[in-house]
Amino acid sequence: MLKDQDRIFKNLYNDLGEDVSSAQKRGDWIDTKEICHKGREWIINEIKTSELRGRGGAGFPTGLKWSFTPKEVGTKPHYLVINADESEPGTCKDRDILRFEPHKLIEGCLLTSYAVNAHKCYIYIRGEYFNEGQKLQKAIDEAYEKNLIGKNSSGTNWDFDIYIHYGAGAYICGEETALLESLEGKKGLPRLKPPFPALIGLYGCPTIINNVETIAVVPTILRKGAKWFASIGKPKNTGTKIFCISGNVNNPCNVEEEMGIPLKKLIETHAGGVTGGWENLQAVIPGGSSMPLLPRNTCETITMDFDSLIKEKSGLGTAGIVVINKDQDIIKCIARIARFYKHESCGQCTPCREGSGWMWRMLERMAKGEASREEVDMLMDVTKQIEGHTICAFGEGSAWPVQGLLKHFKKQIEKRNNFDPLIRTNKNIPYLVDQHLLDKENA
Amino acid sequence: MSIKKISKEQPENFEFNSKNMEVVKKIIQNYPEGKQQSAVMALLFLAQRQNNNWIPLIAIKYIARFLEMPYIKVYEVATFYSMYNLSPVGEYFIQVCTTTPCMIRGAYKLVEACKEKISKNENELSNDNKCSWMEVECLGACANAPMIQINDDYFEDLDKEKTIKIIDQILNGEKPKPGSYRGRKNSEPELSRKTLLENKNAQRPR
Repeated sequence: MLKDQDRIFKNLYNDLGEDVSSAQKRGDWIDTKEICHKGREWIINEIKTSELRGRGGAGFPTGLKWSFTPKEVGTKPHYLVINADESEPGTCKDRDILRFEPHKLIEGCLLTSYAVNAHKCYIYIRGEYFNEGQKLQKAIDEAYEKNLIGKNSSGTNWDFDIYIHYGAGAYICGEETALLESLEGKKGLPRLKPPFPALIGLYGCPTIINNVETIAVVPTILRKGAKWFASIGKPKNTGTKIFCISGNVNNPCNVEEEMGIPLKKLIETHAGGVTGGWENLQAVIPGGSSMPLLPRNTCETITMDFDSLIKEKSGLGTAGIVVINKDQDIIKCIARIARFYKHESCGQCTPCREGSGWMWRMLERMAKGEASREEVDMLMDVTKQIEGHTICAFGEGSAWPVQGLLKHFKKQIEKRNNFDPLIRTNKNIPYLVDQHLLDKENA
Repeated sequence: MSIKKISKEQPENFEFNSKNMEVVKKIIQNYPEGKQQSAVMALLFLAQRQNNNWIPLIAIKYIARFLEMPYIKVYEVATFYSMYNLSPVGEYFIQVCTTTPCMIRGAYKLVEACKEKISKNENELSNDNKCSWMEVECLGACANAPMIQINDDYFEDLDKEKTIKIIDQILNGEKPKPGSYRGRKNSEPELSRKTLLENKNAQRPR
């Protein structure tokens, strides 16, 4: 178990208060100026050495992303955009950072902006997090008041402004280019990549987009050193991560732990174990709804980091762990996820728009046992038609959970949906349409 | 994509009141010059706030003129995002999260409570026109499932009885307290907390 002194988010449960003076007591903002004076190169290199990977789902190396921005500011200004559009089912970590550790995020924004030459930062918060947004706004106002940000922020000679932009209930705006479209006042339809936002992003200017958690850990990494961060977890999967454990566990919670912690240990130590005991476990969705589920025998040994989960044909994603025990109907659970994707598809690409609804309708029938045997294979086919044929990763996100279900629970589906639309025994019904298939003499 | 019903009864006029007008001016300044279109989402949201939690078509036209945008562009935005209500909802608008993490912890029991207490179908006003409810997708409080959102506030760790109690309070004009209804602190592990115990108010594991 991670030691308390190595935890970055000391106020995850709001024991200590989220205002600026409490945050300063916890060590935020104490030497921002000194860190900035070490220079841009130093900051980016330090993040590179720390091997911090993006916490928003894709796990892209953060330092590398930052180094894609032009070194010098050309005719266009640079922007920093924070993705706080947390809507992945199973994920609720950013909410607690926004509520209880806003100063970690704001300081992270300043340091990142300094490193990528941005004077303006937009924080895109999902519309439902209105109260959380208000709390963050309060923290931003406090920071302005103390001149931690604003003109010559924290005495660094760097002018820096933060603005909050509320979303309005669209999951797709968590996709970085859709988020930019939304920020520009349009529908959230993802853009084709390349060009990548680091070169052509918000208003056509170089833009760095990072998740809340990624940016909020930056100040602590720079303060405690990249080596400290890299020493936690596993190689290439370093540092700490907030895990959100929900579903059929005794004590669902958010908890910060080291990367690469065994899933079983995580559930048993922090979440009080699976409801009805470990034996009662059916499956676990390890990284938010878009990641394929893991069956129980895999859960015994799996460790929670990007690379081990990819090896199991799943992914860490946002580390939103949804535990499903044997009291639940697994087909229904995935059918509900398919409904989510049907509802949230932006409708830009045909395979996703049509396929997400198709998968949902099939799964609903399969949950009731009304689908035919052939449809089980057809469902797999549909997921393959969506995957890789869309502009953004939403296509994969909607297809993978269904593929995960088919991979591990195909027998269960087939058992429930076992009827065959073709009548193979001779019923001798004169008007039967398929009669010719039965009559061997005619065949 | 959400399916939007546009109300048949539309008001004749819409204008931001003076208080909102100041907020609007401030919001537009958040964006670079000539990029005032970015403010459209915030303005629609303000219009919704001002007009009893729904946006009439005239407000969409007004915002389009205000931001020098084509009407259809604003209309597109208003219909794309699910949080803009284009027909009247209750003064207390109850949203029940029923996505998988909430569902497996009994979110459909909460839906039952809403059906019993408010209206048989979603998006229908209750008898006294005060409340309406709907099923929504993940609200991002999965560790505190099942939960509902009433206007801006999250009510967490619910069950059917607690939901009925909350709705009763609302119908009686009281303001129920948001947050966890099992008495736990935010998203901490309820009985098995093992981290950050030195911090103030930390509970010792039993």
